Amino acid sequence: MMNSKHIYLDHASVMPLDPRVWKFAQKFLSDIVGNPSSLHSNGLAARSAVEDARLKVAQLINTDKENSVIFTGSCTEANNLAIRGTALRNVSKGKHLLASSIEHISVINPLKDLQKQGFSIGYVPVDKHGVIKLDAVEKMISKDTQLLSVMYANNEIGSIQPIKKISSLVHDYGIYLHVDACAAAGRIPIDVQKDDIDLLSLSSNDLYGPQGAGALYIKPGVKVQPVLFGGGQERGLRSGTENIFAIAGMGEAARIMQKEMKQESHRLEKIRDVLIKEILTLKDSYLTGHPTNRLPHHASFRFSNIEGESILLNMDMYNIQIATGSACSSKTLEPSHVLLAIGLKHEEAHGSMVITLGRSNSLEDVPKITKAVSDTVQRLRDLSPLKSIGGA
Amino acid sequence: MANVGYSKKVMDHFVNPRNVGEIKQPDGYGKVGNPVCGDVMEIFIKVKDDIIEDIKFKTFGCGSAIATSSMVTELAKGKHVDEALKITRQDVADELDGLPSQKMHCSNLAADALKAAIEDYKKKK
Repeated sequence: MMNSKHIYLDHASVMPLDPRVWKFAQKFLSDIVGNPSSLHSNGLAARSAVEDARLKVAQLINTDKENSVIFTGSCTEANNLAIRGTALRNVSKGKHLLASSIEHISVINPLKDLQKQGFSIGYVPVDKHGVIKLDAVEKMISKDTQLLSVMYANNEIGSIQPIKKISSLVHDYGIYLHVDACAAAGRIPIDVQKDDIDLLSLSSNDLYGPQGAGALYIKPGVKVQPVLFGGGQERGLRSGTENIFAIAGMGEAARIMQKEMKQESHRLEKIRDVLIKEILTLKDSYLTGHPTNRLPHHASFRFSNIEGESILLNMDMYNIQIATGSACSSKTLEPSHVLLAIGLKHEEAHGSMVITLGRSNSLEDVPKITKAVSDTVQRLRDLSPLKSIGGA
Repeated sequence: MANVGYSKKVMDHFVNPRNVGEIKQPDGYGKVGNPVCGDVMEIFIKVKDDIIEDIKFKTFGCGSAIATSSMVTELAKGKHVDEALKITRQDVADELDGLPSQKMHCSNLAADALKAAIEDYKKKK
């Protein structure tokens, strides 16, 4: 079991760089040395690489206004720019901000910081499948509300949000909608025009692009102020010399993801469905997140009476890498807020396992994965003093 | 430097934990932790002439919770109960070549479980 092929199932944490992207973008690390702000030929080549990437990213989210895409250093930075930059620029509209209760920490923490600066924050509840409650959104809106932040799909439980309905609702009240699409982009079609999204965050690495780039789409007319100040790059919204390699790579990664999305998502969906079916045959195992309306590469579970970090370590012995929302694997030692928001008790949230599939996975991996999960759950339950209700 | 991952010894005790199980009619039984917090440890001891002859554990928790439980049973086995009472959380961590700093308190309860088992034994005596 120790020498079996390594099966990586933690694509939500970090993804490998697509070799085609590497081939395309490596020249920007060595051959093409230029600052896009310089007017000499090297600078112009760098500028054209950035603009080419901007067009490709714009196409991934279906906007013909490619200038509405601002490159940042990461998805975290895009989320910070979206939340902070919008909230501070539009104070005259009010100081009330809303977010779903299952947002990524890179949305929650800028909100917490704004709270210290006098903003009031409301967290909109989700149902047991992790879908935002639209009636709750409507109830929580006040005359001071200026922004709602909702992720397109959740990285821990895979549930996809009804973005179009949410945007119609908040726009009736003149409120901006920010959508963190880092987990969803390239997996399911995203259309900022059809869904009428005001701000949308993207991540390069979640598209098999290099780390070190992200992007924020800002609908023309939406007012945002910078969070970084300097030379005024990216329409003044993200100062700092552009990371050409990462940006060019992100563009190429976006182009490839878009081209292959339908086929690849369909392939992964099949693997996901078999995995879910097999794993749920284990005693006291449950799917977390939406049973059907979930990301095609995402399968997440919880198991009674065992703990997630132990699951992770035990699965690693089989050369299989998974993730967990367990408290014990987090820096804060708090269980995942997402699992608590869908109504799990602390002791239930401790036993979570998250599988995110990618290009390297195939249907052939499924028996190995399910065997390892079954053995892991059995071993840890044998070690556990906790007994399932109704007898082990 | 802060210890971020687990030592080889921790992983060894996680993969091959020693003295797993329960003792029927133990001379001492200790239980610490809470499923809400993510760690529960049970220790069972069999004692003869104040010497811990046999010791078993069951643990719900993370890698270090399991490894520290296993280690504490190894340290206590064969010891006089008064000697075993002196085993501290720090001793357990040291024997495992250290624990990640955030794990030192939350999942290093094994010494407390041992202490509870010995106190239970002394009460019954």
